[in-house]
Amino acid sequence: MTMKNSKFSISNRSRQGGFFHLPNDNMVKTIGVATLLCLVCSIIVSGAAIVLKPQQVANKLLDKKKNILLVAGISDETKTVAELFTQVEARIVNMSTGEFTDAVDAVTFDQRKAANDAEYRVALDKSQDIASVGAISKYGNVYLVRDGDDVSKIILPISGYGLWSTMYGFIALESDARTVSGITFYEHAETPGLGGEIDNKKWQASWDGKQIVDSQGKPVLSLVKGGVTQNTPDAEYKVDGLAGATLTSNGVSNLIKFWMGEDAFGPYLERVRSATDQVSAVTSINSEKG
Amino acid sequence: MPSEARKALFEPLVANNPVALQILGICSALAVTTQLSASLIMCLALISVTAFSNLFISLVRNHIPSSIRIIVQMTIIASLVIVVDQVLKAYAYGISKQLAVFVGLIITNCIVMGRAEAYAMKNGPWNSFLDGIGNGLGYSLILIIVATVRELFGSGSILGYQILSPVSDGGWYIPNGLMLLAPSAFIIIGLTIWAIRAFYPEQVEKPDFEIQHAHNTAEHAKAGGAR
Repeated sequence: MTMKNSKFSISNRSRQGGFFHLPNDNMVKTIGVATLLCLVCSIIVSGAAIVLKPQQVANKLLDKKKNILLVAGISDETKTVAELFTQVEARIVNMSTGEFTDAVDAVTFDQRKAANDAEYRVALDKSQDIASVGAISKYGNVYLVRDGDDVSKIILPISGYGLWSTMYGFIALESDARTVSGITFYEHAETPGLGGEIDNKKWQASWDGKQIVDSQGKPVLSLVKGGVTQNTPDAEYKVDGLAGATLTSNGVSNLIKFWMGEDAFGPYLERVRSATDQVSAVTSINSEKG
Repeated sequence: MPSEARKALFEPLVANNPVALQILGICSALAVTTQLSASLIMCLALISVTAFSNLFISLVRNHIPSSIRIIVQMTIIASLVIVVDQVLKAYAYGISKQLAVFVGLIITNCIVMGRAEAYAMKNGPWNSFLDGIGNGLGYSLILIIVATVRELFGSGSILGYQILSPVSDGGWYIPNGLMLLAPSAFIIIGLTIWAIRAFYPEQVEKPDFEIQHAHNTAEHAKAGGAR
């Protein structure tokens, strides 16, 4: 209510004479009123921004955590988001080598913001940039869902251009780094009812069990026209496209191809895959011995 | 309540509705009405901005130099909108994400500016405040009608609760996709205006020009047929 008070003080002072007794058309008064108004308004605006900032930052973080939990399929009405999030471990991956790194803080680092930060920005040329993201961060956020000591799910942030907007979301992969276990979009401005159906829970559920890469490790998962049933050839590499939203569907296909490909999380996923292949090879040898 | 105050508060509801009679604020009425919950927050935001901008402008109205009066009004309105936007981002994050840019666009909403210029510049703070609330409520009334119809027939729900179970969840209702697109809001606002003017015929504008009946059309046709 600082504004109200200040306004009252203006009218009080005007009764005592001086500046506020000048005629309204006076040049000094015009400039004075404009200056005073700007001063008062800027104090209010910046005051509100500063006071509310911590709450806003907390909201953004909470929203992100909620989406990560959502795509990981972790839900428990009785627990708070913060409690549930203890199962999730945030890590940072070096995009080009695919190795984990501690160069930046895994909890506060945001690859979306870093893509515009000269320090982390890696510009993409036209042929690489199939998802029209312009540039990516050289470090990527990875969220690992732990089941005891083992990683049960790998959650990766994804983004790409649809018809009207950049769509931001998360994709969850099983520990084999091949199988999709969930996808969600938390920010987009696609046409409601058509491209906006990327929010549709039923359509998102149809991603479960799909394979993002073929046997050579090339990302092949894409959205196709017409229904995808179990009888469709290569059904595990195909997701039903969105009816009436060809460009949004192409955008989703492209962003999967990009983020799972060699310019983004590909090297990391390749590492995970070769590691699990070795482990399973070892266990199969062991079981043969046994 | 003195009659002037009552008039300021209640007249904009139906008799002098800013959307239906003055056709102001249509843009946001199209944009934020796909869901009732988002519309309600938008209404609250607009009511508080119109009410307080009217109040503050009325408080300083005797000191506003006429040469910069529009800029002064805009500055006050813009500051209030930014504060409202910040509050929403802090306490209603989900909704503020849905409303996105449209909270910021309250600045350009003709209702706010229109009331500042037409009412707050000439009337006392208290009446101006009530006028702001009244006009905000008038806008809200139309928004709520439009949003209820659009959400019910577009997604089969009201305030997020399923009323008509859609086919995609194994129900019987095929959601009307048109309702989710902006043109449907035009149609619903048009029908609402029609309904209001059926009860308040004095709101119907006189046609800009009338077709002159130079000939009696029936006779003319007969004559033409005989020829």
